[in-house]
Amino acid sequence: MAYLELDRVAKQFGAQTVVDDFSLSVGKGEFISFLGPSGCGKTTTLQMIAGFLDPTRGAIRLEGKDLIAVHPAKRGLGIVFQSYALFPHMTAAENVAFGLEMRNVPRAERAERVRAALAMVGLAGYEDRHPRRMSGGQQQRVALARALVIKPSVLLLDEPLSNLDAKLREEMQIELRQIQRTIGTTTILVTHDQNEAMSLSDRIVVMSQGKIEQIGTPQETYERPASAFVSQFLGKTNDFAGTIDRAVTPSQLVAGSWSAPAPAGLNGAVTISIRPERIGFGDAGLSAKIVTRIFQGNHWLFQCDSECGPAIVIRQNDGTAQPAEGEAVRLTWRPEDMSVRARAGA
Amino acid sequence: MSAVAEERGARAPWALTAPALMLFVGVLLIPLAMTVMLSFHDWGQYKGIEPVFILKNWKEIATDPYYAEMFWRTFRIAILTTLLTAVLGAPEAYILNRMSGRWKSFFLLVILGPLLISVVARTLGWALLFGGNNGLVNKLLMSFGAIRSPIPFMFTETGMVVALAHVMMPFMVLSVWAALQRLDPQIENAAMSLGAGPVTIIRRIIMPQIMPGVLSGAIIVFSLSASAFATPAIIGGRRLKVAATLAYDEFLNTLNWPLGAAVATLLLVALVLIVVGSNALIERRYAEVFR
Ligand SMILES: Nc1ncnc2c1ncn2[C@@H]1O[C@H](COP(=O)(O)OP(=O)(O)OP(=O)(O)O)[C@@H](O)[C@H]1O
Ligand SMILES: [Mg+2]
Repeated sequence: MAYLELDRVAKQFGAQTVVDDFSLSVGKGEFISFLGPSGCGKTTTLQMIAGFLDPTRGAIRLEGKDLIAVHPAKRGLGIVFQSYALFPHMTAAENVAFGLEMRNVPRAERAERVRAALAMVGLAGYEDRHPRRMSGGQQQRVALARALVIKPSVLLLDEPLSNLDAKLREEMQIELRQIQRTIGTTTILVTHDQNEAMSLSDRIVVMSQGKIEQIGTPQETYERPASAFVSQFLGKTNDFAGTIDRAVTPSQLVAGSWSAPAPAGLNGAVTISIRPERIGFGDAGLSAKIVTRIFQGNHWLFQCDSECGPAIVIRQNDGTAQPAEGEAVRLTWRPEDMSVRARAGA
Repeated sequence: MSAVAEERGARAPWALTAPALMLFVGVLLIPLAMTVMLSFHDWGQYKGIEPVFILKNWKEIATDPYYAEMFWRTFRIAILTTLLTAVLGAPEAYILNRMSGRWKSFFLLVILGPLLISVVARTLGWALLFGGNNGLVNKLLMSFGAIRSPIPFMFTETGMVVALAHVMMPFMVLSVWAALQRLDPQIENAAMSLGAGPVTIIRRIIMPQIMPGVLSGAIIVFSLSASAFATPAIIGGRRLKVAATLAYDEFLNTLNWPLGAAVATLLLVALVLIVVGSNALIERRYAEVFR
């Protein structure tokens, strides 16, 4: 059964619809990411779950109970804000203790839980520091400890890592995932970094302009993108125009001089989406010419000019000889590696 | 770098600040020093000012209880004015800050607008409303029979505090407003998500963070009120004197310049001590919020 459930939630600001028809059920202990470009409504959705904004339409339920009717202070959710929103006049320990104080946790137990929470995020010994005397990464950890110490039913994270530099961000990602695994809190992370979403989440909700484009595991969304938007947003991809020919038997999917048995369910003009690392060089297939060849350490990046337009190919640097610039090649791939969808406007 | 260039580099800051420094010395330090000197001179009804060095004026101020009472009144009025502006101004700034765009700019204008009107005009307004039997409000209330005699306002400390608070309010609101701008916009949501109710949020989260703003506003209001002249002169006249109006009277009516200078010097020294002292206290107490 769904633990947290959003049922056709929508939010309008005046005439502008910012989130529309947002339905999602989150299982207990699951790690979900909202992924999408800036302004697509991720924060708005998160704030509706938190209760800082009221949905215009739709329902939000936690363990089957209506959450919208519950005051934000009574929802018991843990939230980490993009700016951390720590209380600057309190020490790290006082910040973490605040939520426990509000719950009237006895002093001794409070001290113990604060100590444990700070230790969990690797900040033992920083109890008496004020936030302004801490680094970005440390502040971020205090914010996380403050949200987790109240044992929230759901942890909401709004781009908590976006203010950190690349190396620290990676460290914190690993740590975040470990902490989440250990204590098993249901977590929703907002991010516009696809790598972050992929490496952390059980499932990703890809959003665009207030609508859900796809919900799926990182692998599903990467390898079976439901729309052109998803395939473009989650890393580099090749889109080739193809056609399905049902006149021949067995029916064929054709793109230039590449062809394969046609998948069921589609007809006529289609778009073939294929990740650059899934394309190989072979004897038959799409004919192309290599325009540039870039060496990137563990892999080669080829930009090709093919029958069906520009194509990108990534090959592992496994020691075998690679085609040179200007060389004519044939591009080929396994049918199970591509995703095929009807071509709009054709 | 050559030695010559280095020398020039060391002299440049002095050369660049010289004009401002000269102005500072010329219009502030020299007159100030002369006032202090003046306070040690002698004065007589018939002989006028005698440039000698005596402690007569200072002795008079120290021994005559009239002066003690007057200084005490001055600071009592300043403290009450400061309290009144803080109690009204801080919530005012907070409410203002929570308003949405258009209303915010409108009410900010309403609050700051009075700064454009002369203090004299604003204080005379109070006099017109509450001045004796002819004051507009008094007339109205008496005609309704709500009060039998005019509300005592003119020549009272209450009246002076009210009028001063009105004049000083923008400074307090602006100062608290500046502190509010430094708050994280999500800070209230953060506290709310941890289970804090509205009263707790204001008391535990907002108040401690805007306190430095309230206190620096209080320093401004206190020092301006303690040295205010126009408002006490109009409301208190010559019946209810404060330090500034007394010094004025000594200079222009009694013509006892040395005594006036002593009063002015004492007011200045007391103010400087209070302001510097409380500022140091505030900075120490709120080091974490100021950083
Ligand atoms: N209070 C508001 N009033 C009007 N429009 C708003 C308001 N808050 C957000 N919006 C609009 O809603 C849209 C979505 O905003 P939201 O903050 O949810 O985006 P986001 O996906 O979190 O983007 P980002 O990655 O930049 O944080 C934006 O176009 C924004 O302009
Ligand atoms: Mg956002």
